[in-house]
Amino acid sequence: MDDFIAARSQMALSLGFHIIFSCIGMVMPFFMAVSHYKWLKTNKEIYKDLTKAWSKGVAIFFATGAVSGTMLSFELGLLWPKFMEHAGPIFGMPFSLEGTAFFIEAIALGFFLYGWNKLNKWFHWFTGMVVGVSGLASGILVVAANAWMNSPAGFDFVNGQYLNIDPIQAMFNKAWFTQALHMCLAAFTATGFAVAGVHALMILRNRNKEFHLKAFKIAATFACIGALLQPLSGDISAKDVAKRQPAKLAAMEALYQTEQPAPLLIGGIVNEKDKTVKGAIKVPGALSFLAHGDFKAEVKGLDQIPEADQPPVAITHYAFQIMVGIGTLLMLISIVYFILVFRKKPLQDKPWLLRLFVWAIPLGYVALEAGWVVTEVGRQPWIIYGIMRTKDAVTPMPGVVYSFYIFSAIYVSLSIIVVFLLYRQIKMVPVLYNQSETSRS
Amino acid sequence: MQYVVITYLCLGILLYFLLGGADFGAGIIEMFTSSKNRSKTRKTMYQAIGPVWEANHMWLIIAIVILFVGFPHIYTTMSVYLHIPLLIMLIGIIARGTAFVFRHYDAIKDDMQWLYNRIFRYSSFITPLFLGIIAGSVISGHIDTQATDFLSAYVYSWLNWFSIAVGLFTVALCGFLAAIYLIGETNDAHDKRRFIKKAEFMNVAAVVFGAMVFIAAQRDGIPLIDWVFKNTIGLSAIILASLSLILLWYLLIKGKTKVLRLLAGFQVTMILLAISYAHFPNFIRLKSGNAISLVEAIGPEKTIYSLGLALLLGSILILPFLGYLFYKFQKKEE
Repeated sequence: MDDFIAARSQMALSLGFHIIFSCIGMVMPFFMAVSHYKWLKTNKEIYKDLTKAWSKGVAIFFATGAVSGTMLSFELGLLWPKFMEHAGPIFGMPFSLEGTAFFIEAIALGFFLYGWNKLNKWFHWFTGMVVGVSGLASGILVVAANAWMNSPAGFDFVNGQYLNIDPIQAMFNKAWFTQALHMCLAAFTATGFAVAGVHALMILRNRNKEFHLKAFKIAATFACIGALLQPLSGDISAKDVAKRQPAKLAAMEALYQTEQPAPLLIGGIVNEKDKTVKGAIKVPGALSFLAHGDFKAEVKGLDQIPEADQPPVAITHYAFQIMVGIGTLLMLISIVYFILVFRKKPLQDKPWLLRLFVWAIPLGYVALEAGWVVTEVGRQPWIIYGIMRTKDAVTPMPGVVYSFYIFSAIYVSLSIIVVFLLYRQIKMVPVLYNQSETSRS
Repeated sequence: MQYVVITYLCLGILLYFLLGGADFGAGIIEMFTSSKNRSKTRKTMYQAIGPVWEANHMWLIIAIVILFVGFPHIYTTMSVYLHIPLLIMLIGIIARGTAFVFRHYDAIKDDMQWLYNRIFRYSSFITPLFLGIIAGSVISGHIDTQATDFLSAYVYSWLNWFSIAVGLFTVALCGFLAAIYLIGETNDAHDKRRFIKKAEFMNVAAVVFGAMVFIAAQRDGIPLIDWVFKNTIGLSAIILASLSLILLWYLLIKGKTKVLRLLAGFQVTMILLAISYAHFPNFIRLKSGNAISLVEAIGPEKTIYSLGLALLLGSILILPFLGYLFYKFQKKEE
């Protein structure tokens, strides 16, 4: 492995790890706030227990997300110093605001976790909401910074110089809204399905049924709303990418030749050497419609993009297929879920539905990571789209491979420990929270 | 606006040193506590830093964001030539933060606690050690941007006597700050005495390592003595720090906790001021004899303007909220 690939792998690994933890950290507080609100309104102890149980999960995920985020703010410089030297002052605005949001989130979390019986109960609830809102704001701001790499704005690039820098314009670049919307919905969907699935599993196993059913309903509602809205946001994103980054769109769909109208490929094996796709299902005209809202429109293929500016096609295409496939599946589950809810069917009597949710535990996150791969790999070979190449930004220090190995080991062991801790938290639910359940009945 | 940004940068570094330092120090104190008192120390420590530790580490994020937005050249020079110590520090930060949370939130208390405790203690030592090494390297003039071989570019930039002495000095200061902080966080007379002992021990260690910093500076040809003693501000800062040391020992024996905290914070601030004032606004001293200055390396005007504005607005939101957090969770005297 050469140093450039090692640097890219380390960055991908760090972001891929951080993204899961920060998404959970920014979404779970909203679940807690709902449960907390229900406790304050109904005085049912079970909601207090649920809020406390979730808050322990949040504490674990927030801390892991915070340290991995600290890591990233250094890693940008450690791995891509030439990029940061020029990009720092241009796309730094969202980061400085994100610093504020993150700070507020940490303070609010201190209040929330340690505030039981110490604070006014509504102020306590409010601090929980602040954790969620500032977490969400952090997420949007960081994605806005990433969007700038896809859609550079707020400067003039003249003879290799970055002139007339305007950080506000850079922050509100053309991609920030579509990317942030898609990411936020993905965070809610993925976290919602993961949490709902874990509780569904506990209901199926007949453990603390009432507790887990209440938890399941809150998480599933968030998840299913997210999954239903996500295709709309995906459509906006696709049209936006078609306009701004035709190379990325072509790679997503493995469209080697410009076509009019262009078909949508579902699945298929990409052969990058021969520039062909085998065994894909073709939906005539569908790509033209998705990209430009017209079944007869022309869609730019990779043949119109210089070889040196083309992203890796196979990875981008497969990742895109995974994301869309899972997204569709989750949307279907959501439709079924809402039909049952509106017909007022008791969910615990539908083990097949609960089993679907159990199967969906990892799916949301797989789709989320796949989507991240689409946007990042699809941007290659550029680190700043059309301006700076990734290979020109890498650190001059040799031996990055070793730091990649070290960090791989750290992230793998952290992931194992976090899963282990959650397993133990869930295992202890009957011991920690059974009292209130029996005392009530 | 550039002075607003520079002020915030200095403030961020100082507050990280004081608050984050006290936080690291808590782990160092735990490391130097005999095993029979450890679980008690852990409990006091958890109550004291549990609610505030994540906020304390935000100052590092603030400082680093100011650096890469406002002073990209400084940020990237550090990232390239101090890659290795930064990496070790980051591993320390990751290990420490997660071990601290994991040991509290593991629903079953068993042998895993042994592992969390070990990781927590060692990383609480290593992280400030490398923070100090990085700080020392920045002003040591060992960073060689013209170096062609691996060792002189990426290793000797930080592996030298001066940087290591500063690292050890930092560790002692962190332990000292933590011990002073913990005295006020317990109502148990026995515990109080133990923390007073620790504060005394760490204070002596800081003086010893402080002397070592001067010796190492002399050996490495760093004009530290000139910076501190041939400069009015540096000299008065070091005199104030020394005088407050006498007052501090008096208060330690008396056990006055609240004033003690302020005094310890003041002392550390004076030490940082004494070391950095003479070459301010130069931030990184290079081997070539040149320096990268905060004033010259500052980013484009519009960036600095919006960064300054963001910092000012951010403080209006953050400071009252943070103050209330500290106020609400401080130990009430019985």
